[in-house]
Amino acid sequence: MKPHLRTCIPEWRSDSLPDNTAYEAGFLVTKNSGWRDIRPVIDTKKCTGCLQCYLYCPDGTIARCGNKVSVDYDFCKGCGICAKMCRHDALRMEAERR
Amino acid sequence: MTRSFISGNEAFAHGIRLASPGVISAYPITPQTIVVERLSEMVADGVIDSDFIHVESEHSALSCVIGASAAGVRTFTATSSQGLLYMAECLPYAAGGRFPIVMMNANRSVALPWNIYGDHRDSLSQLDCGWIQAYAQNAQEGLDLALMSYRIAERPDVSTPFMVNLDGFHLTHTYEMADVPEKEQADRFLPPYSTQNTIDFDTPRNLCFSAGPDHNTAFKAGEHAGLMRSRRAVIETEEEFSAIFGRKYTGLTEEYMCSDAEFILITLGSISGLCRDVVSSLRKSGMKAGLLRLRYMRPFPVEEVSAAVAGARSICVLEKDISFGFAGTVFINVCAAIQNAGICIPAMNLIGGLGGRDITEENIRAAFQDMASGKTGVVFIGMEDLKI
Amino acid sequence: MTRPTARNITEDEYFFGHKACAGCGGSLAVRMALKVLGSRAVAVLPAGCMSAVGFNFPQLCFANNAMISTFAGTASMMTGVEAGLRARGEKDYQVVGFAGDGGTADIGIQALSGAIDRNDNMIYICYDNEAYMNTGTQKSSLTPFGAYTTTTPAGVKIRGNIREKKNMFEIVAAHGIPYAATASIGYVDDYMAKVRKASEVKGMKYIHVLAPCPTGWGIRPDETVEYARMATDCGLWPLAEYGCGEYSLTRSMKDPGLLRAYIRGQKRFRHLRDPDIEYIESKRDARWEHINRSWKAP
Repeated sequence: MKPHLRTCIPEWRSDSLPDNTAYEAGFLVTKNSGWRDIRPVIDTKKCTGCLQCYLYCPDGTIARCGNKVSVDYDFCKGCGICAKMCRHDALRMEAERR
Repeated sequence: MTRSFISGNEAFAHGIRLASPGVISAYPITPQTIVVERLSEMVADGVIDSDFIHVESEHSALSCVIGASAAGVRTFTATSSQGLLYMAECLPYAAGGRFPIVMMNANRSVALPWNIYGDHRDSLSQLDCGWIQAYAQNAQEGLDLALMSYRIAERPDVSTPFMVNLDGFHLTHTYEMADVPEKEQADRFLPPYSTQNTIDFDTPRNLCFSAGPDHNTAFKAGEHAGLMRSRRAVIETEEEFSAIFGRKYTGLTEEYMCSDAEFILITLGSISGLCRDVVSSLRKSGMKAGLLRLRYMRPFPVEEVSAAVAGARSICVLEKDISFGFAGTVFINVCAAIQNAGICIPAMNLIGGLGGRDITEENIRAAFQDMASGKTGVVFIGMEDLKI
Repeated sequence: MTRPTARNITEDEYFFGHKACAGCGGSLAVRMALKVLGSRAVAVLPAGCMSAVGFNFPQLCFANNAMISTFAGTASMMTGVEAGLRARGEKDYQVVGFAGDGGTADIGIQALSGAIDRNDNMIYICYDNEAYMNTGTQKSSLTPFGAYTTTTPAGVKIRGNIREKKNMFEIVAAHGIPYAATASIGYVDDYMAKVRKASEVKGMKYIHVLAPCPTGWGIRPDETVEYARMATDCGLWPLAEYGCGEYSLTRSMKDPGLLRAYIRGQKRFRHLRDPDIEYIESKRDARWEHINRSWKAP
């Protein structure tokens, strides 16, 4: 269970808008990747799977992935907390290439 | 059906008992207290299976029932005057969320000066907040409106909160005979509670969200449409009501001798009874007098008012309210309605009953004399020498 | 009770895709509490950062049932939701509120007090970023002494906030609440354990979690967690629990000397002079004297 990007977004007209202020939970229409000028890069060789980055990511964009972790670059804002939390130097913030 | 000698508040409490809300939440304020006291007793005695939530303010009372409505149950709250104003933030919230909450408002004056007696300045100040507003004439109508309000508010095409207004003391505390229906009848009339805008564990929802400039108008227009559709819902509900309970109501307004009337007094609430007596008496003396009682202020009975006064020579709106700096709110609404219908007749606005002051038979007779002389403008009863 | 850990908590993300600032402490507090509470948590959030960043139709960022409440009505709307779900016959649900410091200690304190008084079965979480951050960093009653905010500027005559931070934890505890705790997003394990514990206590629960705001505090986005930890380590934000009439510390002060670095590292305190810092230290020390005297040690 997780809010996710919708591939099919209605054209909001009076007949497609909800009748009231209640709508499907976790309905995402935009990414957050554009906010970022640095991105976390994982060195899987150094990663011990301690999950501190996963635990402290304010955006929940680091997922447990087997014994390691992976980053959801669609929603990572590049705050850098994960790199700070990593005790094994396995996460590095790199400049975003535009 | 039981014939009972009860106050307006008690009659209303019976109506709520019959509707069996899952959650009741209210904060005490004179003259609303008796309705919540009776309901508390019913909960304590197990007469109704409702949760009575003791909140620390009116703001919390309405916030609480908004939450309960969002959780998917029928709800009730009651307040008055300062309490209604204290919960004011939550009024458009409930309406915008399309939560079919029912509230009883015991009409009372608004401070300053402090005053606990009845006038309509509390509820009429909240006309624009998106609630259906009905005004009862007597205890029986109060009880019946308690039941009908749920039926109307909860219709999917309406989905709008409902405020039933009872004149403070005049209605809330006066004892009258009223028919209290049986639970079995009420159950036939009111279907089980069902709404769409609720918390749902199978298909979770995000509720009460923000909508920016792109979508805001659509939500607001939808809210307006829901309230406008309650016009039809009122008529249809009254037909269903009459089939089960036998009592008939007349939609958004009630006419008395209006069809051939030259002079029509327009008013609302408990004063209508006395006005009716005066009209009867004036008719006997040859004056073509009529009375139009507004049962609903929202949705506003635009067509009904225009049709009723179309043949009149002049009208007077008698109301317990003033929108300072202009005129009475009811008068403003009536004038807008008839102006749109192209009716151009002298219209006078009589402001009375503020802070519970009596409106006498003589005051009402004088209003008809003023109409006959084509008088217009805003007049405070007893303050005719007011210098402005 | 299994202690929640990074390994055993759900992979579900319930608060995701939101528009909070990079490095937002408040969003971490909401995210982790919901991961502990799971899919049958119903979240109620008043006007504030988390509702502003999570509920912009059509971008709706809660995977679970969630709703915005009136600003002052978080606790009362939670009560209504809880009572409504119960009346509807639902079982095994958890009503949780997330209100900021202003929403809790200022405008929402009356409704919160009412809910504690009723002992409704729900969890109220105050994510405390020490000012009205959503409206642009105005002072709340949880803004600490000395802090610059846009309404307590560092002027010539008055230099920042002249009032102490309101002691919400003990105010709440004084109601005789079944469970209350302080926590920090700097110590997420401890926070998760307290959320789990709260979910297992019947009646009203209150968790006050310190959640730094990089934007309002004047720290870098990657420093949020560090500063949250430092606040506790230097003794300004003791982590504790209250229950059955007793206070217990869950973490001791690590190093009183850290206070200076904590204050000096944040732009909101940069106008403070040494005597101001000494004053903050003296207040902290007086508080710890009381804590050491009357609270249970960890």
